[in-house]
Amino acid sequence: MVWPPSVRGLLVTEGVRGEGGVLRNSEGKRFMFDDIPDNYKTQTADTPEEGWRYVTGDKNARRPPELLTRDHVARCIRREVKAGRGSPHGGVFLDIAWIKEKIPNAPEHIKRKLPSMYHQFKQLADIDITVEPMEIGPTTHYMMGGVKVDPDTQMSTVPGLFAAGECGAGLHGANRLGGNSLSDLIVFGQRAGEYAAKYAKENSSGSINNDEVDAIARWSLEPFERDAKENPFDIQHKLQDMMQDLVGIVRVEEEMKKALDGLEALKERTKKAGVSGNREYNPGWHTALDLDNLMTVSEAVTRAAIERKESRGAQFRDDYPTKDPEYGKFNIIVQKKADGSMEIVRQPLGPVREDLQQIIEENK
Amino acid sequence: MAKATLRIWRGDAEKGEWKEYTTETDDGMVVLDVVHRVQAEQAPDLAVRWNCKAGKCGSCSAEVNGVPRLMCMTRLSELSLEQPITLEPLAAFPRIRDLVTDVSWNYEVKQKLKPFKPRKPDAKDGTWRMDQQDVDRVQEFRKCIECFLCQDVCHVLRDHSKHKEFIGPRFFVHTAALEMHPLDTEDRLADLKNRDGVGFCNITKCCTRVCPEGITITDNAIIPLKERVVDRFYDPLKRMFRVFAGGER
Repeated sequence: MVWPPSVRGLLVTEGVRGEGGVLRNSEGKRFMFDDIPDNYKTQTADTPEEGWRYVTGDKNARRPPELLTRDHVARCIRREVKAGRGSPHGGVFLDIAWIKEKIPNAPEHIKRKLPSMYHQFKQLADIDITVEPMEIGPTTHYMMGGVKVDPDTQMSTVPGLFAAGECGAGLHGANRLGGNSLSDLIVFGQRAGEYAAKYAKENSSGSINNDEVDAIARWSLEPFERDAKENPFDIQHKLQDMMQDLVGIVRVEEEMKKALDGLEALKERTKKAGVSGNREYNPGWHTALDLDNLMTVSEAVTRAAIERKESRGAQFRDDYPTKDPEYGKFNIIVQKKADGSMEIVRQPLGPVREDLQQIIEENK
Repeated sequence: MAKATLRIWRGDAEKGEWKEYTTETDDGMVVLDVVHRVQAEQAPDLAVRWNCKAGKCGSCSAEVNGVPRLMCMTRLSELSLEQPITLEPLAAFPRIRDLVTDVSWNYEVKQKLKPFKPRKPDAKDGTWRMDQQDVDRVQEFRKCIECFLCQDVCHVLRDHSKHKEFIGPRFFVHTAALEMHPLDTEDRLADLKNRDGVGFCNITKCCTRVCPEGITITDNAIIPLKERVVDRFYDPLKRMFRVFAGGER
């Protein structure tokens, strides 16, 4: 959603397009037909008519271009907005109401198939999606990178620390496809739990270094004791704005380097983040503690994005707009050096199992 | 846009006080947005639970001008900004801090309820077949997001604190979803009558009114359960038969 301002960024499910929703610009044009990537041409509908047959279950029809990968749809929307063909609030129009031309009882059908979307727009934006189009724009989709884990056990490189879901890395390649997050959680959440339990049974509890515990406890309480207090929420908002602006949908090296400088400045401010009040349910304090992690993640994202001098999946670089097969041969690993700074390592990918490779070839 | 003043209950389990915060508002804001702005600008230690900001997680339940609501789904445009907007924690549960209450009683109640017990698969492919009509009936109950606004508004819990004898509207909805499930074979009627206190509900429909998912709690869940209990335990003929046969009471 792009309007009203306070719900900007709220999710509008891909299901709207799956049910036949189309994207239009301010001229009423269905612009997704204008730019279909070559490698998707054979899988994409030629006409709106064929697209409609696809969403209504015709196995012989190809999918409408609105259902192309999210990164591509996001860039097309951005292009329309930049060309001055956007909606009044800086997005484009997503229209599901039009299906009334195709089926009887369209409003009931929409309410039944997309109940939460109907509800969300009605209540938060005074828009009846069975009658008028929604205004939408691209937002943060998913974190494809994350904690490096063993694919079978989900254990990280820290023995006994397991990760599953969006915080783990690797499963979704360069772009997660719709619906795959839930399957990821169900399969790998269970595995993480299983192997964590196994690990706990097979290993005795490690020794605890009390000095380290004391140090982290002291560090945690520092925000209460600082005199010159920076507002932690303010730092967080600045970080969000900067990352959106400089390491967003379309990236260029120069801007990302600016972001690295910006991060250094924000890290200095983070050291002064201060809070007041008590230690129970204190969101200001929690935000102050989160800031360190937010800075780490932002820096890792930025450094890895600079390192990847190509466009692949969700990463689109204006200065390297095409996919480079060389970059498909390794993963980019961010690790901590002895002095605490970040180091980028290219880790070659192992061979893909033959049967899996075959599936990939079949789907090309 | 106009300024808004929030009058928020601040305190812990023992004591607290009302505090007023005035801040700028923007187009289309919901109450939770204003709370976040107050938090960022004036009261960083203001405790409030929230998560999705889309009416789906059920975390930001509070009482807005005395009415149990989700703060994320309450738009400023439907409230008067002429006077302060009061915000206080749910009254039916113990307070922890500011707008945060301890709702764990609800999870304890849920643990006690008999779970789904499907009949053996009886379709050729080793699964089941259900009529769409039967699916639709329970689908409504499954919209529940467990915000516990219905529990909060219910006088049996709110005013009479019958937490030990009454499971509340949320769990009648849950029970109804199981009892009316076309595959379920469990029998929960004796529990409803004796342990769950379905008789305490006197159908004032306050729960239905506050449900952010629009579930017709009283009419579609509680009343049919009451009818089933009455039919089993209070039908004079059946009752007489049971007395002689020594069945469940």
